Amino acid sequence: MYLGKVIGTVVCERKYEGLEGQRLLVVQPLDGRREPSGPPEVAVDTVSASPGSLVYLVGSREAALAVNAEQPPPVDSAIVGLVDSVDLSR
Amino acid sequence: MNLCQVLGTVTATHKHPAFAGRRMMVVQPLDEARQPAGKSFLAVDERSQSGPGDLVLVLREGNGVRQLLGDRTLPIRSLIVAVVDAVDV
Repeated sequence: MYLGKVIGTVVCERKYEGLEGQRLLVVQPLDGRREPSGPPEVAVDTVSASPGSLVYLVGSREAALAVNAEQPPPVDSAIVGLVDSVDLSR
Repeated sequence: MNLCQVLGTVTATHKHPAFAGRRMMVVQPLDEARQPAGKSFLAVDERSQSGPGDLVLVLREGNGVRQLLGDRTLPIRSLIVAVVDAVDV
């Protein structure tokens, strides 16, 4: 899992059934110190995040499980937490 | 598994139900000389009660996590599975 900052939204009219009704957000992945880590990606939102939100995400197969564990959709990045705070000791 | 140092914790009130009641830690992968190696990331701490500064082993494979925690639907990819006492290289 990893931190990310929501920087935008994506709208798609034509898509696979598993993506219907899913909110798609553009997210800049961050490392544990909230520094940008790699290029932005598109993630399905499961926590009602919005642009500007600090979130945590899960990738790969686990993203599909987070969205729908019974019928995993074609998803490889999902927002699964709306972050209140990150406390680092140093 | 990855040898990591725990840097801190992440709090989130609103989250996917799979993460409820589970601690989310910020961990930094280390090399054999215990120097930072790669980007820090997040891992769940289910029961090892690790804290900042601790050296831990992190499993980074979702299927292993699901088998260990006994739930085939868990969307968790990284889990702290041990607190390290000593490393000899």
